Amino acid sequence: MSENFSNDKICVVIGASHAGVNFAFSLRSAGWKGNIILFDKDPVLPYHRPPLSKGYLVNEDASEKNFLKSVESYEKENIILRLGVTVISINRSENNIVLEDGSVQVYDKLILATGARPIIPSIQGIESVNNLYSLRTSEDVENIRNAITISRDKRVIVIGGGYIGLEVAASLQKMGATVTVLEREKRILARVTAPEMSHFFQELHAKNGVDILTDKDVISFSTKKGIDTVVCSDGSSFDADIVIIGVGIHVNLELAKNAGLKIENGIRVDETTRTNDEDIYAIGDCTYHHNPHYDRFIRLESVQNAVDQAKVAAAAICDKYLIYNTLPWFWSDQYDIKLQMVGLSTGYDKVLVRNEESENPKFSIWYFKDNILLAVDAINNPKAYVLGTKFIKANKKVDQSKLIDSTIDFKPANLLIE
Amino acid sequence: MAKITFVTTDNKSIILEGTSGSVMQLAVDNSIPGIDGDCGGVCSCATCHVHVTPEHVKKTGEASEIETDMLELNDHSNEYSRLCCQIEITDTLDGLVLQVAERE
Repeated sequence: MSENFSNDKICVVIGASHAGVNFAFSLRSAGWKGNIILFDKDPVLPYHRPPLSKGYLVNEDASEKNFLKSVESYEKENIILRLGVTVISINRSENNIVLEDGSVQVYDKLILATGARPIIPSIQGIESVNNLYSLRTSEDVENIRNAITISRDKRVIVIGGGYIGLEVAASLQKMGATVTVLEREKRILARVTAPEMSHFFQELHAKNGVDILTDKDVISFSTKKGIDTVVCSDGSSFDADIVIIGVGIHVNLELAKNAGLKIENGIRVDETTRTNDEDIYAIGDCTYHHNPHYDRFIRLESVQNAVDQAKVAAAAICDKYLIYNTLPWFWSDQYDIKLQMVGLSTGYDKVLVRNEESENPKFSIWYFKDNILLAVDAINNPKAYVLGTKFIKANKKVDQSKLIDSTIDFKPANLLIE
Repeated sequence: MAKITFVTTDNKSIILEGTSGSVMQLAVDNSIPGIDGDCGGVCSCATCHVHVTPEHVKKTGEASEIETDMLELNDHSNEYSRLCCQIEITDTLDGLVLQVAERE
């Protein structure tokens, strides 16, 4: 296929997931008239990732609804998709990239939306485990679904009690598997939530028949007669037909690093998402960027960040100056529980819990530092999530005694200190 | 088949035809400005907020509790507000007119 688009500007995007795809469409609507070419080694039409561990795993038919954009949308906006193609290197001095077949694609602007990949820890015996999966791509989901379908006993060990591990556990349980989650820390979600929330999810999973075991440091795997056994440092061991690894991610930095771009826990970008090369921008999970609200550099694994940085990069390239200044938000669905989170709770010194009168669990956890609201986690409680967003954005002081009194109506006027 | 009209915040009318899926997906596939559907349609992000033409509320039905809670404190919400990821396309929607809401 000829990529010889002479006399025309070319914007090349490496990585066609939430960040890359949203960028391409934002760039077009920001007025870019030149070519837009998206590369991704994943051969599947770009899709929403969050549902992979949730509805998409359980319900095969959901796949069609899961595409970020239809094929026709790319055609209509004249965005070229080069799927199933791996980019090998970036030549900054020549403004081009080299593809796996040795061919070269030149660029005027280059966007790195390379994302991340699951960590596969180097645990003794891991290479010989029969059915070992992580979950990041739609192919992973197909493989897990097939493995569950053909497995007779369907005993699943999930290693890692973070959001991915817990969502997969909930989904596989729904699919008829017997699931045990092994978490290395003293509590699940230890890195991202307060103990109250860890406790809630531990109980929720127990109620639904998923065993969550904490303080379980996996040190080896052994395989006998097709059955894998997971062994922990305390001597306990667990037989598994299927092992799922959900212990975090490695950022895909190799291309940027080899090209000599500035790296600090991610690709370092400025407030317009530009790297230290004026023609190269980076967006999404792979970036290390400044968050003005919390006034520090962070790396975020989230759809929100991917989409927001995509818009900022598109604006910057079209000379429409837009600064990255958004509040991080996240969500998770497990069983019939809806968790919505806003803000970053890191460094909190106080946690307040507000319980609503309700048949089903409905509460919110409010994180403060020096009485300043940092973050809110809301369980089945969108109002708390929306209020939290408003208060954090506007740096509002919250009346803490009123906040935890569920007889006081959940309205800004009732909860703010003038 | 349902013909659905989106009126954007700068007052442009765009008519689309859909047969299945959510109204949000239809809008996103056709790059309707102001409809992003960032969460993929699980009622978590409020980036697909529309106002239903009052006389068309019968076509779309009422918002669910979670939807109402997401919208109640939104500065641009009114009694006709919906998150259009929660509206499934059926023939009943034919002729529906939706105003895209301002973003907070």
